[in-house]
Amino acid sequence: MGKVINIQPITRIEGHASIHIQLDDQGNVQETKVAFKSLRGFEKFVEGKPAEELPRIVSRICGICPWMHHIASNKAVDACFKVTPPPAGNLLRELMLTVAHIEDKLLHFFFLAGADFFLGPEYDYSVRNIMGLVKANPELAQKVIKMRHKAKMVLDRFSKKTIHPVAGVPGGFIKPLSIEDRKIFLDNLTELLDFALFALEYAKKEVFPKFGEFYPGLGEITTGFIGMVDNKGAMNLYDGNIRLMKPDGSCKEFRPDEYLDHLAEKVIPFSYGKFPYAKSWGEGFSMDLNAPKGIYRSNTLARINVADRIATPRAQAELEEFRDQHGRPAQSTLLYHYARLIEEVYTCERAIEILKDPRIISPKIRTKVEPCAGRGVGCVEAPRGTLIHDYSTDENGLITRVNLIVGTTHNLAPINLSVDRAARDLIKNGVYDDVILNKIEMAVRAYDP
Amino acid sequence: MPIKLAGESLNACSGCEISILDMGGKLLTLLEFVSIVHLPLLMDSKHCDGKNNSQTVKLPKADVGLISGSIKTKEHLELARAMRDSCDLIIAFGTCATHGGIPALANSFHNDDMLGHCFNTVGTDKADSFPSDIVPEMMDACYALDEHIRVDVCLPGCPPHPDHIFRALQSIEKKESFLLPEKSVCDNCPASRDGKGRVNELKRALELPQWRVFDDTKEVFKCFLEQGFLCMGPVTRDGCGGDTEQARCIMAQVPCRGCYGPVKKEGNQRLAMLNALASNDIDISSLPETLSMLRFSGGHGLLRPLPRIKESE
Ligand code: SF4
Ligand code: SF4
Ligand code: SF4
Ligand SMILES: [Fe+2]
Repeated sequence: MGKVINIQPITRIEGHASIHIQLDDQGNVQETKVAFKSLRGFEKFVEGKPAEELPRIVSRICGICPWMHHIASNKAVDACFKVTPPPAGNLLRELMLTVAHIEDKLLHFFFLAGADFFLGPEYDYSVRNIMGLVKANPELAQKVIKMRHKAKMVLDRFSKKTIHPVAGVPGGFIKPLSIEDRKIFLDNLTELLDFALFALEYAKKEVFPKFGEFYPGLGEITTGFIGMVDNKGAMNLYDGNIRLMKPDGSCKEFRPDEYLDHLAEKVIPFSYGKFPYAKSWGEGFSMDLNAPKGIYRSNTLARINVADRIATPRAQAELEEFRDQHGRPAQSTLLYHYARLIEEVYTCERAIEILKDPRIISPKIRTKVEPCAGRGVGCVEAPRGTLIHDYSTDENGLITRVNLIVGTTHNLAPINLSVDRAARDLIKNGVYDDVILNKIEMAVRAYDP
Repeated sequence: MPIKLAGESLNACSGCEISILDMGGKLLTLLEFVSIVHLPLLMDSKHCDGKNNSQTVKLPKADVGLISGSIKTKEHLELARAMRDSCDLIIAFGTCATHGGIPALANSFHNDDMLGHCFNTVGTDKADSFPSDIVPEMMDACYALDEHIRVDVCLPGCPPHPDHIFRALQSIEKKESFLLPEKSVCDNCPASRDGKGRVNELKRALELPQWRVFDDTKEVFKCFLEQGFLCMGPVTRDGCGGDTEQARCIMAQVPCRGCYGPVKKEGNQRLAMLNALASNDIDISSLPETLSMLRFSGGHGLLRPLPRIKESE
């Protein structure tokens, strides 16, 4: 048997994962595995807890997207207790979710993945990061830090606790929005929208052209896609139906509470994270690079692919331009970054739209809730994909059963495939170096797991 | 010379690291006196020389090591020890590291029950065995850091406030001492308390406490506990508001759940809270369960699975 290459851990991603590449005697790739090493047991240890406490517990699944877990959890508890929040309650939740998306995309593109593009993969590892970016391009770095802080400030000023939030409550939201805060937020978001448009223009000039030149076909695979859309087929991050697209572009749409008819999860020997697959395609599950089965992807590129359109004008124009160049569904893995910046424009526009909605300042923010037995599925789009919280409660409103499908996990099988693809393309006859290994990691980073 | 900083995250959620970034403009000041030599979330430094098939963890030398998360797998343990070896000073960073944090809620269950459940939820295809190839082996419980390595400084919080992170690192650089508040959330809470125990039962968080209450003629913020809502403020360490603000959840108009851990490091939040309630004649059985009072501090053997009843022969 040949050598094993371990990339341990994969860096500049939010989770805990490593890559293992088994080479054969000739030094060519025989097998690759991307292991996900975190298992904290949320699905078990929340049993017996009062359902209304869950939004404040399950946020700890992820400190990068705690808002998405918090809100999906609130929606699941609403459904268990059979309540619907008043319009302002829903709008305030959506506003927080949307602003959290804005902040997250800046974090990912500039703080985590950006160094590969702004500095280049051949940069020494010790400076190929946000600290290196601060030195190499202080003006841009300062601007990014300032903008991210503006988004955080919106969350902070209104909801106080931004990492592991408390502002969503079963039945609605904790407090109404004041006219004063609304004005401040509108100003902030207008600036953020300008920056989002600038970032996209900048990336179209300076970053995306590099994809084809330096990383042709990096980690490229052909899969289906998943994402939420509203009843007119437009992208929606807060509510709607789940749309599952096959690699050929044909789609099926279902309500979040029907997810078990369409998705299933596989236990994989080398990963604590389970791998979801599209059960309803009826072809089973396979990670064979030449004939993958049941594999679909989530996160930005997936949402851009499944949506017929985007309901805000600037983002829609960008989507059209993107589609003209890359078609639908676009498959190239590095296009996740392009899609991310289009979504950044959408989320800024959408947040402004929500703030301008006259209903948002209504003092009626919460519906009264009574505990009862029930089942509820709460679904939102997290930055990393369709997030599903499925709870059951007993007659006292205590949790009896929980099933979670976390955004990132939809991409676990695709990440394995992309890494396999990249490794086979780049490692030949035992020849590889740091630059090649970082390129293989870039195939993971695009998914932002 | 800037101080060298290394960071590792174990059984953690990355929230503690994001809190570093949430310093905003101060982050640039921080980077003037701190040089980060290892932090996998933000930079490409690895655990081992994997190119040459090495599995031995080797971390760069640093003056200060920030470790977030609890210890739940053999790999976490190995990393914690490697950090101890390579750093002069270890900071237990966040409540997972200081007291076990939310993931230590798993300590109420046996590992095989937990695994058996998580790998058999609805929608999961039947599997013959649990993952065991290249994933690290589980430990029997989720441990706070100081249960396995020596810890020099505790920086609790889920996550710790950026102000505290900044000040802790600044005082290390200036070789000054650094003290966190040793008070309770109540000690610094703007609520008005009349101390007349009118409440005998606690309500669940199914309704919101009132934020403004008319008391005689003036409008006040009346203590959540005195309104009949469980608030962990009396038994939780203050500090979550940072240098300038008051407790975060309180200011967001919801009761505290205890994320800064016990007031004294060795405290037991659940025992202390049950005592406080009992001495105020509040009927504890009005709550559906009380183990959640340890939701942030179930390490150190405080949360344990129920003993198994042995089958009789
Ligand atoms: S202390 Fe809180 S923020 Fe930090 S790792 Fe633990 S759960 Fe996440
Ligand atoms: S119990 Fe809660 S609301 Fe009352 S004083 Fe303490 S922290 Fe404030
Ligand atoms: S009020 Fe309590 S639960 Fe909320 S942030 Fe502060 S210590 Fe944590
Ligand atoms: Fe996340």
